[in-house]
Amino acid sequence: MKRDRMPSLLGATLAAVIVGGPLLPQWALFILTIAFAQGLVALGLMLLLRAGLVSFGQALYYCIGAYTAGGLARAFNVGDVFLQMIAGAATAALAAFILGFLLARYRGIFFGLLSLALSMILYGLIVKSEALGSTDGLNIAQSTLFGVRPAADWVRYAVAVAAAFAGIGAAYLVHRFLGTPLGRLAPAIKDNEIRVEYMGASVRHAIHVKYVIAATLAGMGGALAATTVGHIDPEMAYWTTSGEFIFIAILAGTGSVLAPFLGALLFGAIHTLAYDLSPHTWQMSLGTALLLVIVFLPEGLWSLFARRRTA
Amino acid sequence: MSTLLAACGVNKSFGAVTAAADINAAIEADSVVGLIGANGAGKTTFINMITGYLKPDSGDIRYEGRDITALAPRDITRLGILRSFQIPQLYGSLSVYENMLTALGIMLHNAGRGGFFSRSRPHVPGHDAPAEEVAERILERFGLAEYREKNTQVLPGGVRKLLDIALTMAARPRVLLLDEPTSGVSAEEKFGIMEMVMKAMKAEGVTVIFVEHDMEVVSRFSERVLAFYDGRIIADGRPEAVLGDPDVRRYVVGGELRRRDEQAARA
Repeated sequence: MKRDRMPSLLGATLAAVIVGGPLLPQWALFILTIAFAQGLVALGLMLLLRAGLVSFGQALYYCIGAYTAGGLARAFNVGDVFLQMIAGAATAALAAFILGFLLARYRGIFFGLLSLALSMILYGLIVKSEALGSTDGLNIAQSTLFGVRPAADWVRYAVAVAAAFAGIGAAYLVHRFLGTPLGRLAPAIKDNEIRVEYMGASVRHAIHVKYVIAATLAGMGGALAATTVGHIDPEMAYWTTSGEFIFIAILAGTGSVLAPFLGALLFGAIHTLAYDLSPHTWQMSLGTALLLVIVFLPEGLWSLFARRRTA
Repeated sequence: MSTLLAACGVNKSFGAVTAAADINAAIEADSVVGLIGANGAGKTTFINMITGYLKPDSGDIRYEGRDITALAPRDITRLGILRSFQIPQLYGSLSVYENMLTALGIMLHNAGRGGFFSRSRPHVPGHDAPAEEVAERILERFGLAEYREKNTQVLPGGVRKLLDIALTMAARPRVLLLDEPTSGVSAEEKFGIMEMVMKAMKAEGVTVIFVEHDMEVVSRFSERVLAFYDGRIIADGRPEAVLGDPDVRRYVVGGELRRRDEQAARA
């Protein structure tokens, strides 16, 4: 049997962030943290993609997570990054648990568009709500860590390390989940639901579980993004935000739990660079990048590493 | 012998078409029952009602005395009633070995073993070994070991059929329903496949009900035959008796047998 290299790979990534973080400029730490936030969402999307489901509405849970964190900060003055992430994840999980009863009945384009519709409902609600800041959104106070407010120069680093712990921790748990009988059922569900049911497993239950996990990760990512940016707005639930997550998930591929974070980092890098070079046509650069990946690396970025390993 | 599975006064129609008209049949434990009948006679409907895919309009299906009519297919599966398919239902993106592991994984999942917090490799319920070992064993038994790493989409028809049946062994079935196990399989392969399957089922004490169009296969492998015509069972008994029944010869196997008799007479 092959030895599982993933835990050590994840550990090395975490160590790299902790050690390398102080050497990075503030803007790079910001990109790195956002990459962890978006990577969490893409990690959840990867779980769904493995079972053959594409959600065009993960922004729903990203936004729920962000507004939960924002609410916690504004109403209860809780600025702790971890508490915000836990609360964001829990609220998103609860919402997904309820909506999952509906969504687990649908497949393919119906699943995708229904999830998109739900996220647009939330977008509409927030836009109409003055209490939630309408289209302007809300500002959130600076993050704290375990009750400590880091010095201004160190906030970005502290949040980046917290993000790395959360992201890598989640990646490890998802990696473990993929090894359980329920986790391994994903490709079988994608291939042949009839056979899965006639072997005695409930496809709907399996999809519901994956859907809730994906939402939990998205909620966590949303809370992290909120505290990092210091601002939340309804755009977080808009369908183009969901599109970015799918972009990242496709860029990354479904080969490994580390891939979504790499994909998100690359997405952030391309985005920043393209925006810098030509602010009006940055979408074109992103589109070109995605096109290249789909044509040359249909299994995503991770196939670069996977291929090298087997060669 | 005791009754394991029974259909009691089962009716089913699809619009104007009657697929089951007052079907009564008691299947005994450890028996091998062949279902024959022309296309549309109600054989597959019978199997689909036992496995929960279709619900009868009236009447009920009993398993060990328990009414299972209203159960979902996966709950019926969990009771030990498994089925194979006329068109093999496999996991197309996975290898033969992975197909088997997935089947065994479902058994682990249903038994609550091998979950998130388990550290060791748990034994598959009913098999007393970890999934990897059981998978090898079943593949070996069905002569599928040489195809282990092959993707199921590139397998020859007969091998796909065998794998479709072998997957059910993961669940340690008590009853196995085979829907045309030899359809789409070459004449030379037919008997080999049936031989292998029946031997394995006998060894495991599995009650087998199979739908079959080839009367040679039916007479050789079944201990009892149910002949279907127009949603009714028109004959029920030992294969030689049923296949010799005038009604059965007229409505079910007429064409097939007459052709053979004529050939024999000419020879």
